[in-house]
Amino acid sequence: MRAFAELIDRLAFEPRRNAKLALMTDYFRATPDPDRGYALAALCGALDFPAAKPALLKALIAERADPVLFALAYDYVGDLSETIALMWPAQPAEAETGRLGAIVAALGETHRAALPARIAAWLDALDEQGRWALLKLMTGGLRIGVSAALARQAVAALGGVAAAEVEEVWHAIAPPYPALFAWLEGRGPRPDAADALTFRAPMLAHPLDEAELAALDPADFIAEWKWDGIRVQAAARPGETRLFSRSGDEITAAFPDLAAGLGFDGVIDGELVVIHDETVAPFSAVQQRLNRKQVGARLLAAFPAHLIAYDLLFAGGEDLRALPLLARRARLEALVTAAGTARLRLSPLIPFADWPELAARRADSAADPAIEGVMLKRRDSPYLAGRPWGPWFKWKRAPDLVDCVLMYAQRGHGKRSSFYSDFTFGVWDGERLVPVGKAYFGFTDAELAELDQFVRRNTINRFGPVREVAHGAGGGLVLEIAYEGLQVSTRHRSGIAMRFPRIHRIRWDKPAAEADRIETLRERLGAAPPPSRRTVPARDDGG
Amino acid sequence: MSVRPEDLLHPRPEGLYCPPGNFFIDPLQPVGRALVTHAHSDHARPGHGAVLATRETLDIMAIRLGADFCGTRQIAPYGETIVEGGVAIRFEPAGHVLGSAQILLEWRGCRIVVSGDYKRQADPTTPAFAPISCDVFVTEATFGLPVFRHPDPAAEIAKLLASLRRFPERAHLVGAYSLGKAQRVIRLIRDAGYDAPIHLHGALEKVTRYYTERGIPLGDLRPATGAARADLAGALVLCPPASLADLWSRRFPDPVTAVASGWMRIKARARQNGAELPLVISDHADWPDLTATLPQTGAGQIWVTHGQEDALVHWCQAGGWAARPLRLVGYGDEDAGGAA
Repeated sequence: MRAFAELIDRLAFEPRRNAKLALMTDYFRATPDPDRGYALAALCGALDFPAAKPALLKALIAERADPVLFALAYDYVGDLSETIALMWPAQPAEAETGRLGAIVAALGETHRAALPARIAAWLDALDEQGRWALLKLMTGGLRIGVSAALARQAVAALGGVAAAEVEEVWHAIAPPYPALFAWLEGRGPRPDAADALTFRAPMLAHPLDEAELAALDPADFIAEWKWDGIRVQAAARPGETRLFSRSGDEITAAFPDLAAGLGFDGVIDGELVVIHDETVAPFSAVQQRLNRKQVGARLLAAFPAHLIAYDLLFAGGEDLRALPLLARRARLEALVTAAGTARLRLSPLIPFADWPELAARRADSAADPAIEGVMLKRRDSPYLAGRPWGPWFKWKRAPDLVDCVLMYAQRGHGKRSSFYSDFTFGVWDGERLVPVGKAYFGFTDAELAELDQFVRRNTINRFGPVREVAHGAGGGLVLEIAYEGLQVSTRHRSGIAMRFPRIHRIRWDKPAAEADRIETLRERLGAAPPPSRRTVPARDDGG
Repeated sequence: MSVRPEDLLHPRPEGLYCPPGNFFIDPLQPVGRALVTHAHSDHARPGHGAVLATRETLDIMAIRLGADFCGTRQIAPYGETIVEGGVAIRFEPAGHVLGSAQILLEWRGCRIVVSGDYKRQADPTTPAFAPISCDVFVTEATFGLPVFRHPDPAAEIAKLLASLRRFPERAHLVGAYSLGKAQRVIRLIRDAGYDAPIHLHGALEKVTRYYTERGIPLGDLRPATGAARADLAGALVLCPPASLADLWSRRFPDPVTAVASGWMRIKARARQNGAELPLVISDHADWPDLTATLPQTGAGQIWVTHGQEDALVHWCQAGGWAARPLRLVGYGDEDAGGAA
């Protein structure tokens, strides 16, 4: 338990990605089974203890601390697990608590009525770092800045294999993953994923540099639309379908309508979209369906999920990934036709003779908010995990641009911790500026240094780590912001949220008074309905 | 008790005022006559007519505020009684920083102790606090919540030195408040057996030199400014917490950012301060020490000056003491950068 507590404590304070990976890999190397397997499960959010809920923990601390003092402390600290860990009565000497594996096993086995006493005994025996780790483990959601994919990458490094290889077997194994560790340490075979519906690392595309287009022969490529939904992998066989996000997280539970409606046997790479009246709806419609554990009938009817199939990785148990794209596509067409369901569509090809023609079609697609651009794929390309350079390109439409005024800046993290690198910007609403978004990339290191200087010299107010920067008609810095779409938002005072905003250009030359107005964004938003009333910004970038 | 304690001492907008002695303690605005518990800037402000304080406090005030920080000054040696308007005044060590004192006032049989800021942990850079029996104990409550239990500072220093061994190519920047904390951290580092040079931010140099002049050995100290970039790889550097996020910190190659403060116990506070290596080292009493000290004074009344006064007042009242918050506004400002 101590090693796990030390690991997550250090991860919580480590801002650098590579250092996080090293910490985790070191831990997996030094820790025996099954402890490391349960730690991996905890890092991936794969553990759930339905009986160990916040109410139980609050009851435990209420027996040991004055309720007024607890309330004041909780209010100050802001995190239940941390508050309890810090104010749990210290015991004279630390006793032995047992290993992480034993604790996880006991949490699963202990009868509900006996659980409070058991947890209290552990908390008595642990030091405060250990108490924090145990409480975080029980309540789920470590919130230490480690994604499940990063944890799996760290465990892959243990065996010197690519992260994609671990992703492939991940959904065929269960905590504490003894077969996974045996394989990675060369003590056992690769876990058999053939019998399970598992995730296969997807093939990703490089952004197209238009200057390189001349060197490519249009006859070598097919083109299809880049749909603005979420990239998914559907693994199915008779009676069972599983849906995975691009990063390998299972999302089947959020899309029961789609999972029930795909009658095929194999693994499809495609785009999950909402289709209304035979028209693909913009991303904001798919958003309504994301991050939900349960989906009501009303939502299922209002936002029906469909799958636009791009590629076929497996047909039945047959691995097609080494075949050329056109051969896979022929199998895919046959499979989609045979499935005979409206939920599953084939991604249409865009006919074109040369690059100017494709460029024109790409420009015309601007009228369709569900299309982000065009995908180019070599006709002979095998399906390769990762992002190989050459076979696939994504050719997105030029982003929308808007001129905003810098309003607030916040310091970054890690290497950027001495720079003001997170920028909040706004547009004019009458005589006032109203914030419309936040961006923290899109600039070079040299530009960051200039922006940082500007913030320091033009600070008019400080709120903790945030600085208010001089902004008004008389002075202020105009930032040309690029974004991928607008959404109605109840969380922003302006009522508008941007997707993927980034700083496209710094307009040192432009007076703040000439920045754009909120009406401009409202008009653009009006041209791209239907807006959602709820925003869930987190999503994959499909390509 | 023949007099009410409020007749001897009560809060005014300028600070705690003693009518019979006609002086303030740690006044927040310029006054005619001030008693100063210690030299942190929220307690020791410039512009008073006359200041009574320990020799160290007066010296440090002159270093930080300029030689003309007040009209006249008088040294109050620890343990000696000075009578002012019939009030017997005695300074006793508070264990907070060099020169820090608790002040005992005695008048017509009524004894009030104003603790200033204090701690109970051992600290070789300042004489130790000892409880003084009194009728009213005026306490701080910077860490007046039961979540604050400061660990053994030697264990925190061990974390710093372990990180230095693990990342020998990275400079280690330690944010520590420039009066008291920085010198204590240096002393702790020396006590842990580390005798390589320690580099100092310019803002720490004068006060640190004063500590060594007062007989506190701190080893080989060098200015961080002017050192070659290559020499700073793997170097141990102390600076004020605010400098960690400042342009100044960019001269160091790939630094590890440590912050030495009692606030580092709270993860959100540590992250807010940009601490990758939080070191829970404080010059204030933690919750166990606050709640242990109050009964040791034998005081029947507890007045709480600043910090988390609601929790401490609640604890006192639950234990049967008369307790009240003084709601003095203006203390604790120096802690803003994680100084406590």
